Amino acid sequence: MTAMYALFDRPEAAQRAYTGLKRAGVATRDITVISGEPFEAFEFSHRDHSMILFRLALLGGIVGFASAVLLVRGTELAWPLVTGGMPIVAWWPNLVIIFEMTMLGAIVTTVISLLATSGLPSFRRSMYDPAVSDGKILVGVPVAAGGASDAIKEALSTGAIAVKTADF
Amino acid sequence: MSEYADTLVADLLRPLVKTSWRFWTLVVLLLGVVSLGVGSFAYQVNTGIGVWGLNSPVFWAFDITNFVFWIGISHAGTLISAILRLVNAEWRRPVTRCAEVITVFALMIGAMFPIVHLGRPWLFFWLMPYPTERQIWPNFRSPLVWDFFAITTYLTGSSLFLYLPTIPDFALVRDKATGFRRRLYSILALGWSGTTKQWHRLESAMQIMAIAIVPVAVSVHTIVSFDFSMAPVPGWHSTIFGPYFVAGAIFSGIAALIIAMASIRKFLHLEKYLHPVHFENLGKLLLLMSLLWGYFVFAERLTTWYGNAGSEMTVFWQTQRLSFAPLYWTMVVANFIVPVTILSFKRTRTIAGCVVASFGVVLGMWLERFLIIVPALGHKYLAYSWGSYRPRTPEILLLVATFGAMVLLYVLFSKVVPIISIWEMKIGEHPKLAHEQRTRDEAQAMWRTQP
Repeated sequence: MTAMYALFDRPEAAQRAYTGLKRAGVATRDITVISGEPFEAFEFSHRDHSMILFRLALLGGIVGFASAVLLVRGTELAWPLVTGGMPIVAWWPNLVIIFEMTMLGAIVTTVISLLATSGLPSFRRSMYDPAVSDGKILVGVPVAAGGASDAIKEALSTGAIAVKTADF
Repeated sequence: MSEYADTLVADLLRPLVKTSWRFWTLVVLLLGVVSLGVGSFAYQVNTGIGVWGLNSPVFWAFDITNFVFWIGISHAGTLISAILRLVNAEWRRPVTRCAEVITVFALMIGAMFPIVHLGRPWLFFWLMPYPTERQIWPNFRSPLVWDFFAITTYLTGSSLFLYLPTIPDFALVRDKATGFRRRLYSILALGWSGTTKQWHRLESAMQIMAIAIVPVAVSVHTIVSFDFSMAPVPGWHSTIFGPYFVAGAIFSGIAALIIAMASIRKFLHLEKYLHPVHFENLGKLLLLMSLLWGYFVFAERLTTWYGNAGSEMTVFWQTQRLSFAPLYWTMVVANFIVPVTILSFKRTRTIAGCVVASFGVVLGMWLERFLIIVPALGHKYLAYSWGSYRPRTPEILLLVATFGAMVLLYVLFSKVVPIISIWEMKIGEHPKLAHEQRTRDEAQAMWRTQP
């Protein structure tokens, strides 16, 4: 993939480029914005919001809960050991195990979901510039074989400290 | 990058790239201390658990004290960090990672002790629920098995809670490093680039983790307290033990955090980021916990004294007036008198004052754990079975080694990972920028032009 991207040293300038690209007819999903820190105050940072992690965490919690119930009940029935006068399937002490496994399910699922939905780990070459670690903000778009349109070039070059084209 | 961000990155990456002879001297010294503990453990495994001072009826002493103490210390980090994240306290930014690291290492050290105490530590995996040839599964009605589940959950959660927000910082180090370091940090960064999607997902994940980790942290020390309160032993069988242990854990955890922060502030020259106000706030929290600890001790003691049950009173007087009284009153001074005296006044609630109070609390809380365990076990219901306990050299060396291990792990961690979250510190500067008139005008103009 060939991409054209610009580096900005101020989020305001990156926002202008982002707005300019949208005006030039570039779909939001095709615009990549990369930064060394999140900029919640700017519109370019407001896309990609999703509740999917919360839903998956809940699902992970339910799976953890169900696994714990199966584990403790199944074990106690398979190995019916009388302990301290408690019933064979003793729910009060089992609640401790069930709680911990529910939370573990939610936590582990959250992390797996984070990695899966963020495309991590990824060691393939993708649109990136190490200048991001120096505080620059990268705004880029993939360009067709014929090169970027003038509108895209103008949107990216306004206020940019560098404009680059690279293959990823 | 702004001048502030430049300085921030340079200051926080300095410990990773510059290594002085002092660092290596400290590492060698700490390795020496840790090797004392390793040697002591090897001696115990080789010779048998009889090398300790344990005897009938005191079968739990130093090792279980260390276990409860270190699990308590672990409450400093993740719990405090999670609460501060959830309430969005701005002053948390330089504190959270320093705190989260304590949790992970303290848990690792604490969780080791039940295994050390097994006598046959190589059979520790019998605690794990898996289908063995013996077809024997753990008894889920045993509080010791609850410990295994609680600590596993907390350690997993805390390690991930520490790791996730370090990923963007690893990416930063990756971009600035060369050679082997670049390869190492590339792996640790998992290919993080910093797209808007990645930032949103990371922040959502941290929010979920913070919500999940608070009840887990509370449950862990409650479950540790169940190791005692589920047993019909005088002085143990008490409904107050759960919250009492949790409060004590947070108390000792904050003290450990203050000591750790003061140390990295001084030795890594991070005065620009760890301000007196951070210590002032943590000092207030420590004062609150000291008062809460005093309240719990009073409630627990009064109930015992008022009930006047024979066996309970035997243990009570052992700690108030008899053989354990010197340790008991040292604990009261260290946990209550010293911190309340120092931290109640703004003039003495300085960094040095907070550190002195924190050392007192760490000592006092270790004594508290010891005094819960040993006097009660030595004075159970039947007077003919009473006994006493004196620690022997291997146990003392193992205790000393745990402190060495904690400091060593902390020092090595701060050599590999920025001990303060760089990207979170940068965000901390955002609101200030928004107050600048020019930036505000530009932002407004830009928003007006939104399609």
